[in-house]
Formats: sequence, structure tokens, C-alpha cells
Amino acid sequence: MEEQYLNYTPQDFKSDQEVRWCPGCGDHAILSAVQKALPEVSKELKYNIERYVFVSGIGCSSRFPYYVNTYGFHGIHGRASAIATGVKVANPTLSVWQITGDGDALAIGGNHFIHAIRRNIDVNILLFNNQIYGLTKGQYSPTSPLGKITKTSPFGTVEHPFRPGELVIGAQGKFFARTLDVDVKLTSEIMVEAAKHDGTSVVEILQNCVIFNDGAYDFISSKETRDDRVIVLHHGEKMVFGKNRDKGLVLSGLSLKVVTIGQGGFTMDDILVHDAYNPNPGVHMMLANMEFPEYPIALGVIRNVKDSTYDDNVRDQVLEVMKDAKIKCVDDLLNSGETWEVK
Amino acid sequence: MEKQTGVQELDEVAVRFSGDSGDGMQLTGTLFADASALFGNDVSTFPDYPAEIRAPQGTIGGVSGFQVHIGSKKVNTPGDYCDVLVAMNPAALKANIKWVKKGGMVIADADQFNEKGYQRAGYKTLDAVTELNLQDYKVIMAPITTLTKESLKDSGLDNKSIVRSKNMFALGMVYYIFDRPMNFTETYFETKFKKKPEIIEANKKVLQDGYNYAANIQAIPNTYSIKPSKILPKGKYRTVSGNTATAWGLIAAAEKAGLPLFCGSYPITPATDILAELSKRKDLGVKTLQAEDEIAGICTAIGASFAGNFAVTSTSGPGLSLKSEALGLAVMTELPLVVVDVQRGGPSTGLPTKTEQADLMQALWGRNGEAPVVVISATSPSNCFDAAFNAGKIAMEHMTPVILLTDGFIANGSEPWLIPNMKEYPKINPPLVEEGTQGYMPYARDDKRLARGWALPGKKGLTHRVGGLEKDFLKGSLSHDPINHQRMVDIRAAKVERVREFIPEQKVIGDSEGDLLVIGWGGTYGHLLDAVTDLREKGKSVSLCHFSYINPLPKNTRDILSRYKKLVVCELNMGQFANYLRMNFQEFNYLQFNKVQGLPFTVVELVEKFNQLLEGK
Ligand SMILES: Cc1ncc(C[n+]2csc(CCOP(=O)(O)OP(=O)(O)O)c2C)c(N)n1
Ligand code: SF4
Ligand SMILES: [Mg+2]
Repeated sequence: MEEQYLNYTPQDFKSDQEVRWCPGCGDHAILSAVQKALPEVSKELKYNIERYVFVSGIGCSSRFPYYVNTYGFHGIHGRASAIATGVKVANPTLSVWQITGDGDALAIGGNHFIHAIRRNIDVNILLFNNQIYGLTKGQYSPTSPLGKITKTSPFGTVEHPFRPGELVIGAQGKFFARTLDVDVKLTSEIMVEAAKHDGTSVVEILQNCVIFNDGAYDFISSKETRDDRVIVLHHGEKMVFGKNRDKGLVLSGLSLKVVTIGQGGFTMDDILVHDAYNPNPGVHMMLANMEFPEYPIALGVIRNVKDSTYDDNVRDQVLEVMKDAKIKCVDDLLNSGETWEVK
Repeated sequence: MEKQTGVQELDEVAVRFSGDSGDGMQLTGTLFADASALFGNDVSTFPDYPAEIRAPQGTIGGVSGFQVHIGSKKVNTPGDYCDVLVAMNPAALKANIKWVKKGGMVIADADQFNEKGYQRAGYKTLDAVTELNLQDYKVIMAPITTLTKESLKDSGLDNKSIVRSKNMFALGMVYYIFDRPMNFTETYFETKFKKKPEIIEANKKVLQDGYNYAANIQAIPNTYSIKPSKILPKGKYRTVSGNTATAWGLIAAAEKAGLPLFCGSYPITPATDILAELSKRKDLGVKTLQAEDEIAGICTAIGASFAGNFAVTSTSGPGLSLKSEALGLAVMTELPLVVVDVQRGGPSTGLPTKTEQADLMQALWGRNGEAPVVVISATSPSNCFDAAFNAGKIAMEHMTPVILLTDGFIANGSEPWLIPNMKEYPKINPPLVEEGTQGYMPYARDDKRLARGWALPGKKGLTHRVGGLEKDFLKGSLSHDPINHQRMVDIRAAKVERVREFIPEQKVIGDSEGDLLVIGWGGTYGHLLDAVTDLREKGKSVSLCHFSYINPLPKNTRDILSRYKKLVVCELNMGQFANYLRMNFQEFNYLQFNKVQGLPFTVVELVEKFNQLLEGK
């Protein structure tokens, strides 16, 4: 009975709610990747279904909690990080997941997002980046590329976008991964890694909005070109990519450089090995910031570094102080300090 | 010649300590108040400090004051005017002389009344007595700085530390004048500076030298004695401020509910001390989170409430504005939550360190949509404990957000408090749903309170989703059905209304009918009570109806309002409670007495106003 966590199937994580995203929306694939990952996470971490809490803000993506058969909290726009933080501090035994969009996390919720990361609260944040406001029908977002034409930027945007990975690492993020909606297998593998990481894990999911920003990731999502334009990073493995696995990344001066193995004097030995565990964020930042066409887009777990977590620190401090506390109940408190008798 | 001393007995006396923000006047006042409380007097205090931490030295803007009212009779306010003013510099004298009773005593540090001092304080002349018309006051110009230096010249302390002790010299003088024992204060030095014996000795010496100096000068011919109070109920007492009492009341509610307390909050004057006090209470398992802003403060609290902690957030008016949207979320998700608003002068940043009651409408209505919450208020520093406890009890048992309104005046003020026994407080029974309950419906309600069940994540068989979108009446799933929305708006309102059945009936102090009913709410209680008592002693038909519960109002409110010829609503805003009563009980005529000066009422102005109303003006 207690070992339920051994036997879950994706079906156990489906709720009875009708899924309301547009047909063809990338969110569908992400949902199935998560439902596929959760039985795996349950098995590895010995979590029964009642330990999961999905918290979201507002946006198309934020409807997600209704579709997973766990505890769920559909919050208000931008505040999911704060709500999730409260859930985790209140009950650190829960597995808390935050679902958020590029507007939800990086515009209205930017402040809560960076502070959750800075505190390293143990929450898994899934950031659905479709570079657009979906729910409100197509306004530009903080990740829309400069010049992007949308309903509220008919002449193109005049503002620079955030790169979520750069922001996460800048906020002292310890775990950052990136995946692509259509790659369900990779997405679900990353979910398991994110769940296992103790501390804030941010997973940026490049997500297609078929209605308001269709094709934003076509350049990497089509099967023919993907292998040449994407590098999937694995800790401890060479940074190699390409259909023929003949391209790789090397350090040239202080920057990364794409080379072809066997050309220009570069051999496999020159190719960098991915060290996701390195506390130094330098290379992680460069990997997260790679942009096409100069570089391939980095997918996989880019950074995965251990550090103390906020929820553990809160719990430990409380236990430490309680250990030799003189005040053990409210009566003790009320009678502490200077008191006197009126006779 | 031996000095002739007489001792004159007084029922009550008010002393105001004033000086530069750096002169330690808050501490000096607190020590005097504590010594008097320990001596057995009833006490009420009023810190009056500037918003700037260090305004330019010696200027009016930098003056910090602390008034202490002590009595052998019941003391309900810090006193309108003081009998003795301690002024550590010309600016303090100039800023505070208006608060001294005609003919009162002024003790000033003569050393600071030099050209520079006068000039910084903006005097036109170099003669405070003439310029401020102090001929009718008893002014004692004592060279406090010089005498302090003299007193500590062999102490081995550096000059800066020596000069910093001059407040203790002044305190010693006041102790002599009011015949206070000094051992309480000496004990304070001993605990406070445990590791610095030289500081303990220095402080004790200065205090004693100040005392001796006052005893020796001719200018102070007699001393006053304020006997220990005989009317205070027997028992064990302590001093408590409103903010501390609020924090403790919240902890008490958590204890009685058997749940951990979580507070998510962002610092803001004058509410910060609640967060600070709760942060100290790790010994009782309290979790505090200093959030990145007020929105995160309330949202972390909502998350913690969802996960089963008793969750609270503390703030002042500007912070409450930021919390509005999330308060709506708490209304919609029907989770327990206490929001403490320590009101200050507004709008906007307004008067951060001054008191006001102008957030009432914001608390009642400041959200989008039909979003009713329970609103209650605290009436005095020690009453904050019960008010916070009750707020927690209602929030948890009725599954609703509760806004608790206190204000800068009672939050920072302090008074002796008969220490309650937690045995006398009721258990709090939140409607927690048991693991494995069959057919659990997130929005099913109990008939008595209309509260939904609180099913905590981690419990088997109760997985469910909540959120800010409109809910199905039972299942809690999304519903856009028009009739369902109406039903949900109605039931959320009815749930808050239902709280009326669980709160005490409203009491009236005075007669059950008469010429004039004085109506107030929240932190103005002490002043209104003194004014009404004063008039009643003179045989006037005046009664006081002072509200703690604001939404919902007590059952018998209408009946009370119908029994008096005139109703006057007194509040530190432009008439928010008066308008609220007009809205609820349209048949009555409400007169108003309003004040928005960042200051409490004075008893004198209230008495004058009530007399006018009684005389038909
Ligand atoms: C306080 C507030 N402001 C604005 C909105 C309107 N709004 C809802 S979702 C949204 C943007 C959503 O974009 P994103 O977070 O990228 O999510 P997506 O729909 O793209 O998944 C906006 C502006 C709101 N619901 N609440
Ligand atoms: S609008 Fe875009 S993001 Fe929203 S559901 Fe439709 S396709 Fe998905
Ligand atoms: Mg988006």
C-alpha cells in the first residue's frame, strides 16, 4: 500500500478535466512528457501521488495544474514562485512544481522568479517559453526577439529580450536545463533530473504557440535540421553535435567556438567535456547564451550544482533554536522577561 | 543650608522626553515607563518620532519624543498634555512646548542652548524663555552635558560614549522629581551590558548623579509621589506594546489550533516589529519569510495556508494596497489567512511614523469583484493580543481571510498587561479533512459556518485543485456557468455574514439609552473612554459604543444605535466608519468628529466637542 510509488503509470497523473489548449499547441506535448516523467520520479524518489503539488500563475501554460491529478494551485499572474515558496516552506516534504510562462515568470513575476532562485528554494520551475503572450492573444513578451511584430508591436518591438538562462544563472541559479516541446523523451528525462536536484531547478521549455507565434522554433524542431542546430548536453560527455556527430565546441580565447572534428587541426581531444556540476558559472552561461546561427542551441541540463536550500535552512534553524530553547509554549513566552506581581 | 523638601501626592502625571533622534529619548522614556509599571503604576506610552533616522542634528525635523503617562488610577491614554517636559536641545523645546500644560515644568540641557543650537532650531533670538513665552512655566536650565562629562571624567570611557550618557543624567533628575526607585533601571543596565561592566558602572553613576543633582538644586523645591495603583486587578503583570502583542496573539492562535505559524512579510513602518518579533520566535517553531515585496509576502502566506500552516502577513497601508489582488485569491480559494494592517498616515507614503485610521474602506472594499473579508480592529496595545488571536480563530474556523486593523499609535504604544493564562483561551478547530475521506468535495461546506474543508497536500485520497478562477459550487473545478457564479458570490458573502453568529454582542459603556452616543472603533478607545468618563462624572448623558468587530458588525448594532438622541462617530479619518454605518443602518443620523493630523485625539478636544453636541450646537 505504501509502495504505490513503484507502480504508477502516466495514466495515474491524468485528471478528469478536459484539456483546453489549442490543437497543435506545444503545451500538449509538455503535459505528456511530465505525465511520463512522474512515474519515474515517484519510483526514484519514493513519492506517492499525494506528495506532488503543481502551482502556476496565469497564462495558457498556467492551466497545466488542472490537467494533472495531483494537488494543484492555479494562482494569479506572476505570483506562482511566491505561492510555491510558501507551500514548500510550510511543508518541505512536498514535491513542488511551478508551471509558468515567459510573461508570467519574466514580466509580471520577474521579481518573485529571481528571488526564488536566489533563495534556492526546492521547487521545480517549468518555464514554457513561446516568446509571446498566448492567453491574451498575441502581445510580445520579455523573450520576443528585438523587432518582433505582434499585436502590440505592429512596427516591431524596440526592446531587447531576456535570455532566461542568463537571468537564472545571474540570479545564482544552481540548476538550469533547456528542452524542446516536441522532444518528449528529452523533456521527460530532464524532468526527472530537475526533480532529483535539491534546490530551485529551472527548466526552460521552448514551446510553440501555433496560434500567435507559430514556427518560432521551426529552425530547430524540424527533424532534418535539428541535429545540426542543436547540441544536447550530458554531464561528463563531449560537447559533440551534428547529424554525423562531427561538430563540437572548443574554447577559443574566452569564448566558445564551433569546430568540425578533423578539420583545422581539431581532434576529439580538443572538444570540451560538459561539466554541469562545476560551481563556476562561466561556461554554463556561455552555453545557455548560444544563439543560432553562430552556435547550436544548447539543450539538456546545462547547470546542476549542489548548494544548501532555503527550505532546509529554515527547518534547520528552527530545530537548532528549539533544541535548547527556554520558551516552549505561549505561556512561557508571556511570562518571559520582566514581570511583576500586583497584590 | 539644608534643602527643604516636601512630597506632594498626585493621581497621575505625564512626562515627555524629547531630544535629537540620536539622544536616546525612546529608551529613556521606555525606562521611565517600565520603572513606573514595576513600581505598580498604571502606564500608557506614546512614542512620537520622525520618519528620518538621522535628520540634521539639532533641527526641528530631527526631534524625537516619548510621552509617558503614569497614574495611581486607571490610565487609558498617554495624556493629552504633559506635566514635565525634558528637552535635550532648543529644537526639542521648540517642537514640544505646545504639549506642556500651562505652568508645567521644563527641564532643559543648558549646554545646548548656545548660538549654534538656537540657530539650528530656527530661533530668531538667543533667549528661548522670552521667544517661546515660557514665563509661566517652571524652566530648569541644567548644564546636563557638562555635568555628565564631570560625572564620568574618571570612567575611562571615550568622550563620545560619555556624552551619549547624558540622557541617563536627565532620567536621574526625573526619577528624583517623581520619587521613583532606580533599581529596575539598574537591573536593566546589568542585563543589557552584561559583557561591559564599565558601561554598567558608568550608566549607574550618571543616573545617580542626575538624581543627586536634582535633589540638591533649589529650583526643585519638592517632589511628587504617585502611589502604586490600587485598582489594577491582582496578578502577574508585564509591559507589552501593540506590535508585540499582535505577534504573540498570532502565535497563541497557532498553538491553540495545533498548527505551525508562517508569516510572509515585507518590512514597513510601523508594522515591521511584528515581523521582527515573530522572527525571534523560532523557539516556538515560527517560520518567517522576509519576502521580496508585499505581494510575495501575502502569496507565500497563501501558499503556506494551502499547505496547512496558519499563515499571516503583516503590513501597513501601502503594503495592503499591493496585497489587494492576492487577497482576492484568498477569498476565492477560501483559505485561512490573517492580514495585519498597522495603519499610518496616507495616502501614498504619507506620514510613515504617524497614526491614522484611514485604511478602513481599503480593508473593507479594496479588491476587484465581490470580495468580502472579515475585518476586525484592536483597541489598545494589550488588546492587540486578543484581537490577533480572534482574527486567527475566525480565519481558521471559517476558512476566510481576516484583516486585522491596528494603528501606529497602539502598535508603538505600550502598557502594563495582566498576563493571560492560555488555559482560558478556547481551542481553535479548523475544518481539516481527514486522510482518506470518501467522496471529498473541495467546496462542500458545513451548515453552521458555511466553511469548506481544508484538505492538505500530502494527505492521501484528497488531491484537488484550487485557484483564482470561479469555482463549481461543490467540486471546485472551473465553472463559467452564470447561475453558479451568482451562487458562489452569494455564498462567499453569506459565509462572512455568518461570522456574526460567532462574535460577541456589542457592549455600551454608560447607559443603554440617552442623549449622546459616542461611537468609535480601533485604537481611539482610550481617548474616547476618558472623554466619556469625564462627562459622565459631570452627570452628562453620554455613552460609548466602541467597535472591535467591523465586518460583520455585531448583531445588536442597530438596536444600540436606535436608543440615543444623537450619534457621533469619532475617527482619525474623514468619516469612513460613519459612512459604513450609514450604508448599513440608513435610518439614523450620524454626526461626525474627524481628525487627520497624524496624531491621536486629545481628551480635551473630545470633551469640548461632546459638550457642544449636548448643548445642541
Ligand atoms: C494582474 C494581471 N494582469 C494581466 C493579466 C492578463 N494576462 C493573463 S496571461 C497574460 C500573459 C501570459 O503570457 P505567458 O505568461 O507568456 O503565458 P502563455 O499564455 O504564453 O502561456 C496576461 C498579460 C492578468 N490575468 N492579470
Ligand atoms: S494560444 Fe498558443 S499557447 Fe495558448 S493554447 Fe493556443 S497555441 Fe497554446
Ligand atoms: Mg508565453
